[in-house]
Amino acid sequence: MLSVSNLHAAVDGKAILKGLTLDVPAGEVHAIMGPNGAGKSTLSYVLTGRHGYEVTDGGATLDGEDLLALEPNERAAKGVFLSFQYPLEIPGVPALTFIRTALNAQRKARGEKEITAPEFLKLARQKAGELKIDFEMLKRALNVGFSGGEKKRMEIFQMAMLAPRLLILDETDSGLDIDALKIVADGVNAMRDPDRAMLVITHYQRLLDYLKPDKVHVLAGGRIAVTGGPDLALELEREGYDKYARAA
Amino acid sequence: MSLATALKSGDAGLLPSKRDEDWKWTDLRGLLRVLPPPSPPSEAALTAGPFGDLGEIEVGIVNGRLRGDASALILKPGEKRVVRLRFVAQSADSSHSVQLAIQLGKGADLTLLESYEGLAGGYVADAALDISLAKGAALERIVVAADGEGAVSVSSTQVALGPEARFAQTLLTDGAKRQRIETHVAHPGAGASVRLDGVYLLSGQHHADLTTMVEHGGVDGTTDQLTKGVVRGQSRGVFQGRIVVEEGADRTDARMRHNALILSDRAEVDAKPELLIFADDVQCAHGNTIGALDEEALFYMRQRGLPETEARALLIEAFVGQVIERIAYEPAREVARAWAAHRLRA
Repeated sequence: MLSVSNLHAAVDGKAILKGLTLDVPAGEVHAIMGPNGAGKSTLSYVLTGRHGYEVTDGGATLDGEDLLALEPNERAAKGVFLSFQYPLEIPGVPALTFIRTALNAQRKARGEKEITAPEFLKLARQKAGELKIDFEMLKRALNVGFSGGEKKRMEIFQMAMLAPRLLILDETDSGLDIDALKIVADGVNAMRDPDRAMLVITHYQRLLDYLKPDKVHVLAGGRIAVTGGPDLALELEREGYDKYARAA
Repeated sequence: MSLATALKSGDAGLLPSKRDEDWKWTDLRGLLRVLPPPSPPSEAALTAGPFGDLGEIEVGIVNGRLRGDASALILKPGEKRVVRLRFVAQSADSSHSVQLAIQLGKGADLTLLESYEGLAGGYVADAALDISLAKGAALERIVVAADGEGAVSVSSTQVALGPEARFAQTLLTDGAKRQRIETHVAHPGAGASVRLDGVYLLSGQHHADLTTMVEHGGVDGTTDQLTKGVVRGQSRGVFQGRIVVEEGADRTDARMRHNALILSDRAEVDAKPELLIFADDVQCAHGNTIGALDEEALFYMRQRGLPETEARALLIEAFVGQVIERIAYEPAREVARAWAAHRLRA
């Protein structure tokens, strides 16, 4: 589904990604681990089209279509979703209003008809229940005054509502206590689907205990240094990233 | 030095100019070398204004002349009503001024839906309102200033409050060639409360100046002020807010906030928030921010699928929505919402 090949990217003229190649087939969960500064977040921003991240070589496709040529909202409509490491606060826009506007914008871009208000509310109540989110919270301005854990849960809620095909989770485990981590992981696991791919970016192994990735990649020095099975994450937890960081 | 005195005497030299400290950002003398002739009487019928048919009574002032009677603006003790007050300019290249009194007796309650409607270009208009609230009276004033392209317009209001009176104001303007809306409040403290809000949404070469002055003269008064502005094109927004807490006006609670978004390189916002405090035991705060839209928030919204124009509109509407939400009279809140949406998505 997602195919990244020889990707080079720079921020402010500084090369961060230096030939990253990666394939995530539909139905699989891939973890990207790596030391701080290896380019993990840069990868997520390049794939979603954030301004200021310049692709200098290589490319990325989604189902064979050039992803990098699309606007961020066009990528979203194609099914790309990034769960932000630091979700933004949107003052004055209630969470439900925001999500409904986003969902309908995506549907419109795909040539589908808009979701009706009753359909939307029914779906929202169901997903909020599954993620143990107080429905009243969804009437408040999105993420304004939410705790770190609440913001992460709100990301997973949006993911569940928007039902994307390629999920990128950027350090979704950071700032979560163990209960919240489990709720978030359950939410993500519930989205596993033969037609959906997931890219889980994390510094620590603990989220992977719950998500059970098919493959683990180590990102160091701007490229994939090594790829392995779930055991690789355990090895990294024991031995750290030193040998990969040095090799890079 | 005021537009009203200049119009009365026909002497453009009496116009306020940038040499007057309080008018330095809204120069009239430099703009009007010659004053246009007095506006002729107009018999033309009025079509629906910004507030449509809300409220029970309409008071119209056309080309500076009262149509019908203004007794609806004098409320006896305990009376309660909703009144539309419309200042309409129907003749181009002419000038007029008007003075009007609004009086609320003890415990009276008025919702004033006030509009400035420019149906012609190039006019110069001055309106002076004298508002008094007796003890326990309540006035909510919602103003839509829709002066036309090319208009020069000044509206100034003096408000005198009795004890426990409540005065709440929301100004909504998209500016004019040059426009100033000025509000002075003599605040007695004594349990009286003031809310002074405003929204300016400017584009093209429009200019809007929201100037307020509140003087707290006694103990136990509150003032809560929130003004938000969005400027585009080559427009210019001016906010001058002054709150004075006189000696002895203890336990005053006064808050002033002004936030502006500048959405183009050639637009400008000038702000001068002032708190002058001569009492000891007060709670006063002011905040003033002028900036651009949050690019990170925009990216976040686009990542969720919102096209850029829609993401911008949603952020800006939410920004000014925080003022509009404070309008208590619900039908006017709807008018204000539609007013903002229309201007932001145009």
